[in-house]
Amino acid sequence: MTAADVLLLALGAIAVGAGWRVVITSHLVRAGLWLVVTLGAVAGAYLVLAAELVAWVQVLLYVGAVVVLLLFAVMLTRAPIGASSDLDRPGWTGLLVGGGAALGLGALLLDGYRWQKVDAPAVGSAQLLGGEVFRHWVLPFEVLSVLLLAALIGAIVVSRPAPGDDSGSR
Amino acid sequence: MHPVIPYLTAAALFGLGVYGVLVRRNAVLLLMSVELMLNAVNLILITSDATVRAELPASGQVFALFVIVLAAAEVGVGLALILALYRLRASVAVDRIPLSERAPVTDGIPVQRRPSGATLPVRDEVDL
Repeated sequence: MTAADVLLLALGAIAVGAGWRVVITSHLVRAGLWLVVTLGAVAGAYLVLAAELVAWVQVLLYVGAVVVLLLFAVMLTRAPIGASSDLDRPGWTGLLVGGGAALGLGALLLDGYRWQKVDAPAVGSAQLLGGEVFRHWVLPFEVLSVLLLAALIGAIVVSRPAPGDDSGSR
Repeated sequence: MHPVIPYLTAAALFGLGVYGVLVRRNAVLLLMSVELMLNAVNLILITSDATVRAELPASGQVFALFVIVLAAAEVGVGLALILALYRLRASVAVDRIPLSERAPVTDGIPVQRRPSGATLPVRDEVDL
């Protein structure tokens, strides 16, 4: 057990614990705030795994933008402030499928890696990552920009009130 | 460093996400559970980037960046869909969308009207 192991264990425990709270809590807003904890812990794990740029992008985009969007969604759908009792449906199937997915994936990865030791990776730099993106992954990068544009237009079209509808100015 | 620790964390996060998607009834919570799953995938990508020697350096990190961008786009479109659903039904409970009933009129918005002005007969007939 090295320092990296201890850090990864602690961050993983925080991420899983907060993720558990996200899926069981009965407060909508608290689910969003626990999601922040999960995403932050995962960003910390990225830092330990020497993916610096991805960690900061995660903080910027996920913790910054995505969670704010989700909280906007909570507010715009006029979610109740306190606890609501009807957020879950009785879900043995969910427990079965979710548990099965976690156990199957865990068993697969456990079988693949055992208690194998790997040298800690060298700290990655934004320069290396940027070079890779623009040397080998240019086409996916450009396609991704088209996808962002499509998502932007799609979101506007979906959320726009119907043209003949003058009362729907919200 | 033992790579199995982040791998198992990712597996647990993915399972939590699947559980959330299947059990939650509020559409916003569904989106949050999808985020959990996407984060599990990202964690696996980053860990394998740190442990497996690939032909191209840092491919896993590049993929993780792409997945993060995809997640941002997905949340944007998902929010738009949820708001459209809320405007139509005044509720975002995904299992209680009354597909076989007449939709309630919310805040004076005539929800039966399409842009063409025609009524929407589909809603009366579609049944899950």
